[in-house]
Amino acid sequence: MTSALLGWEALPLAVVLTSFVPGVGIMFLREEQRALRTTFNLTGAVAKVILVGFMLRGVALGFTYEWHFEVLPGLELSLVGDALALLFVSLSAGLWLVTTLYAIGYLEGSPNRTRFFSFFSLCVTATTGLAMAGDLFTFVLFYEALTWTTYPLVVHRGSEAAIAAGRRYLIYTLTAGAVLVVGAVWFHVEVGTVSFTAGGVVDAAAADADPGRYLLLFGLLLAGMGVKAALFPVHGWLPVAMAAPAPVSALLHAVAVVKAGAFGVVRLLHSLFGIEVAGTLGASGVVAALAGFTIVYGSVRALGQDDLKRLLAFSTVSQLSYIALGVAILTPMAQAGGLVHLVHQGIMKITLFFCAGVLAETLEVKKVSEMGGVARRMPITMLAFSVAALGMIGLPPLPGFLSKLYLGIGALEAGAGWVVPVLLASSLLNAAYFLPVIRTAYLDDRTTSWVDQGRDGWLEADWRLILPVVSTAVFVLLVGLLGGLSWSPLGWVQLIVAREVL
Amino acid sequence: MTALGLYTFAGAGLFALGFWAVAVRAHLVWKVFAINIMGSGVFLILLSTPARGDPAQADPVPQAMVLTGIVVAVAATAVALGMALRVVARTGRPFLPEEGDLETRE
Amino acid sequence: MTGGDIWSVLLVLAPTLGALVALQGGGWAIRIGLALGAAVSALGSVALWVSVAQEGVLRYALGGWGAPLGIELRIDGFSVAMLAMTALVGGAVSLYSTGYFRDLLPQSSDEVPHGERGARYFAPLWLLLWGALNGVYLSGDLFNLYVTLEVMGLAAAAVVTLAVTSEATVAGMRYLMVSLVGSMLFLLGVALLYANYGVLALESLQAAGPSGGLPVLALALMTVGLAAKTALFPLHGWLPSAHAVAPAPGSAILSALVVKGSFYIVVRLWVDLYGGGSRGGVVFLGVMGGAAVLWGSLMCLRQVSLKRLIAYSTVAQLGYLFVMFPLLFPAGGVANTDAWAGGIYHALSHAVAKSAMFLAAGSMTVAVAKDAIPAISGTAHRLPMSFLAFGLGGLGLAGIPPSGGFIAKWLLLRSAVETGQWLWAVLLAVGGLLTVAYVLMVLRYALERTEPSEGFQPVPRRMEWAALGLALISVLLGTRAVEVIALIQLGGPGG
Repeated sequence: MTSALLGWEALPLAVVLTSFVPGVGIMFLREEQRALRTTFNLTGAVAKVILVGFMLRGVALGFTYEWHFEVLPGLELSLVGDALALLFVSLSAGLWLVTTLYAIGYLEGSPNRTRFFSFFSLCVTATTGLAMAGDLFTFVLFYEALTWTTYPLVVHRGSEAAIAAGRRYLIYTLTAGAVLVVGAVWFHVEVGTVSFTAGGVVDAAAADADPGRYLLLFGLLLAGMGVKAALFPVHGWLPVAMAAPAPVSALLHAVAVVKAGAFGVVRLLHSLFGIEVAGTLGASGVVAALAGFTIVYGSVRALGQDDLKRLLAFSTVSQLSYIALGVAILTPMAQAGGLVHLVHQGIMKITLFFCAGVLAETLEVKKVSEMGGVARRMPITMLAFSVAALGMIGLPPLPGFLSKLYLGIGALEAGAGWVVPVLLASSLLNAAYFLPVIRTAYLDDRTTSWVDQGRDGWLEADWRLILPVVSTAVFVLLVGLLGGLSWSPLGWVQLIVAREVL
Repeated sequence: MTALGLYTFAGAGLFALGFWAVAVRAHLVWKVFAINIMGSGVFLILLSTPARGDPAQADPVPQAMVLTGIVVAVAATAVALGMALRVVARTGRPFLPEEGDLETRE
Repeated sequence: MTGGDIWSVLLVLAPTLGALVALQGGGWAIRIGLALGAAVSALGSVALWVSVAQEGVLRYALGGWGAPLGIELRIDGFSVAMLAMTALVGGAVSLYSTGYFRDLLPQSSDEVPHGERGARYFAPLWLLLWGALNGVYLSGDLFNLYVTLEVMGLAAAAVVTLAVTSEATVAGMRYLMVSLVGSMLFLLGVALLYANYGVLALESLQAAGPSGGLPVLALALMTVGLAAKTALFPLHGWLPSAHAVAPAPGSAILSALVVKGSFYIVVRLWVDLYGGGSRGGVVFLGVMGGAAVLWGSLMCLRQVSLKRLIAYSTVAQLGYLFVMFPLLFPAGGVANTDAWAGGIYHALSHAVAKSAMFLAAGSMTVAVAKDAIPAISGTAHRLPMSFLAFGLGGLGLAGIPPSGGFIAKWLLLRSAVETGQWLWAVLLAVGGLLTVAYVLMVLRYALERTEPSEGFQPVPRRMEWAALGLALISVLLGTRAVEVIALIQLGGPGG
């Protein structure tokens, strides 16, 4: 049984279906069929984690999972479970499980939950699909689907702000999608294949012969990916999208949307152009420069934000560019640092958003200035928040430190010395906007009146909210402490780098 | 000019006349007549086509086409007149309102 | 022999016979007539698909009288694809209409003005139209095309006037005038071609390779006439009113199928007969199509009435079909097969998606007895299936994956890139975004949480299923295109 599953070629499809089937199923449920809906949700999420576990084991043993379906003559829907894909898939599968639990608690009693959970599942379907896309065509397919499935979640509250946020989100992402489609078609015509291949598929000689043309092609694709990755000039949708409910923010910032963009940049550099061709074209230099600027810019904008979710959003803009920065630098260490930040940023940021959601849900505290003394009322939440925030800053041995360490060393190896001051500046700025939040929560006196929704027994809030917060915070600790083990994210990333880059 | 050439020019003239009338005349019955005149023009042109093969014999194909065309034209005229009556019944006037009137939106 | 000749005759005969049966009135006569038309069309399309796949292009001489004297049928992959599309959409619309014209419609309301007349005459007219459409796709000669086109135009205009309002009567009359003048222009072109070459069969004319003064004049006349019937910008003025005021199943037929009938003939003329005509000609068609895409989409954004919005979207979407021409015949190059596949695939997937949207919109407007877009607020909860159908259909129109529209857009884009016609690539991308904008304008209201006002009418389930079924097929068209593309390429340019 076990070995049969391990060798099952269609395992990637099964992983995608574990969220697609519940998503479609829930759509046909009535609002009051709560138990059935929850069963659908949790069964799908748990099944996905289990199947991904099998795939992880299989890939570690040397299997590669491939599933193809011909859509057009010469174009396939192809799902491939290789090491790089699994990095993203296991992140989203794991975080989906906790986010589902969190969302069930968070949305208790609010309207339109059927619609919410249906699209929630479909959103994760799109994410796992694009994570395992074996070629650009499949990637574009799921990338566009992700836009559509996320939109109803962003506007879920139906408020003015939510509608405006959804509008902004769509204008950005759909334009990006259109650009990406044009780029993808051009790539197909120009290169003759859209398959994701380690080392890239662009012919170095052809790129050398007409660098301007290839740079423009790269630019189109980068613009398409960059919007979701919230790279500097096109990041504007992300801070506005905080109008969405907290589980959706978690999804946007950690599990799905921005990760899809960042992952797209990784694929663009790794699997389409190849980092060497990208390097000679100067394309990776462009990405590195943009990413470096975005890192500092996002941090500066996060300073002085009073709205907690807005602060976290600008922090995401900054942190996400670590990934692009890492993969744009051509040394294995930097590659590892960038890739591993995909996971590290995910678990840290989801913890922070969960905490922000708990504060908003339990005390209706949404601003930093209202947080005076919350640590006494909600010690567990604020502890988790602090762990994740310190991790972001890069306190050893937390995950952020590992990412920055690898990035810095890799950059020095590559002779890109300018990266180190960027990283240092970013860390200082991280500290400058996170530490005041922690200080206010622990040391200040309570200044405003909370609207306390009460405790859940001895717990400080509903257990379905606290359990995800605690588990992701524990993850953060473990991922940092056990970074040296081969099955930690960092260990896995080194496997990817060993297999794909060298 | 041969008789056939005369037919052809007369046909083209009738078609142009009809086309002009259908565009200019507002009254629906005028329009329906104008379309019929366009049709007659086409029929004339068809009948004036030089015969295939033996020039001494009339070409049966255009005649068949014209016969069929007349049947179709009669049917179309009947439908059009019927609908024109309905327009009169609904709006009280045998004209199509200006496009602007139709574009009004609630 | 695979019986293709029998089926091609039955494809015209059965719907026409069904029309006669349905004309006898009464629920059962209508149902039997519709069932007859739908069943034969479905089976016939499948049979012809199989035959064409096995034997290539089919030619049948009716009654043993071949060209030049008799009527000859000619069937290639493109014909079969259109026949199958008509059968699919037609079947769903027929099912829907039996629910729509049930006694649920308020007789006195000004908003939904389809009373008894619609119930009585929709089915016969539609079946007649169906037979004529099938006839268009089977015809192998120009004159037969004219006759079937004219029957189609008369029946279609009558469908518009089934609604008893003055608005509908006027729109139907205007449509009829445009349609008749268009037919006359077409017939004049036919006469000129016959005068020049002495043949009517498409294949004989193709072999003659029409060129020179009169044949080009003929092409111009026929194209203008057909463009008016297809509502190509700027001859589209009649369409929004006509398609919007017709009863919902009628709107679906007009927007999805009828305009495709005249478009089909345009394709036959330009692609088969004239082999692309001149580069200037195809670019002109493309520019008109591009203008239609932009103008139609912008007008969509200004609409308040739901059905008018969908009708304007037809104007825009038909534009894409004409954008196919410059892509198909690039400057100095050979015919681009991607453009062919993409353009025809767009025609097919638009038919399915647009009919799903019109049917779903019909269910929603019946439910709230209003046609204004804001009035459908909250219908997402009451009619989730219709809402889903509308949404999925809209995604198909906008070319969002996975949908047939996406495949079509991909192929058209690819042909634009392959032939270096970047301006068209930009137009396709911008057009897609505009489509998204107007589809969302509607979805946003439907998603709103406000409960619908009182007077919410229940809708028969089969109406919702018909719309949803079409919407799902428009999505499925995006997941598997191999077989259909292979069919379209059979006998197509460059194939």
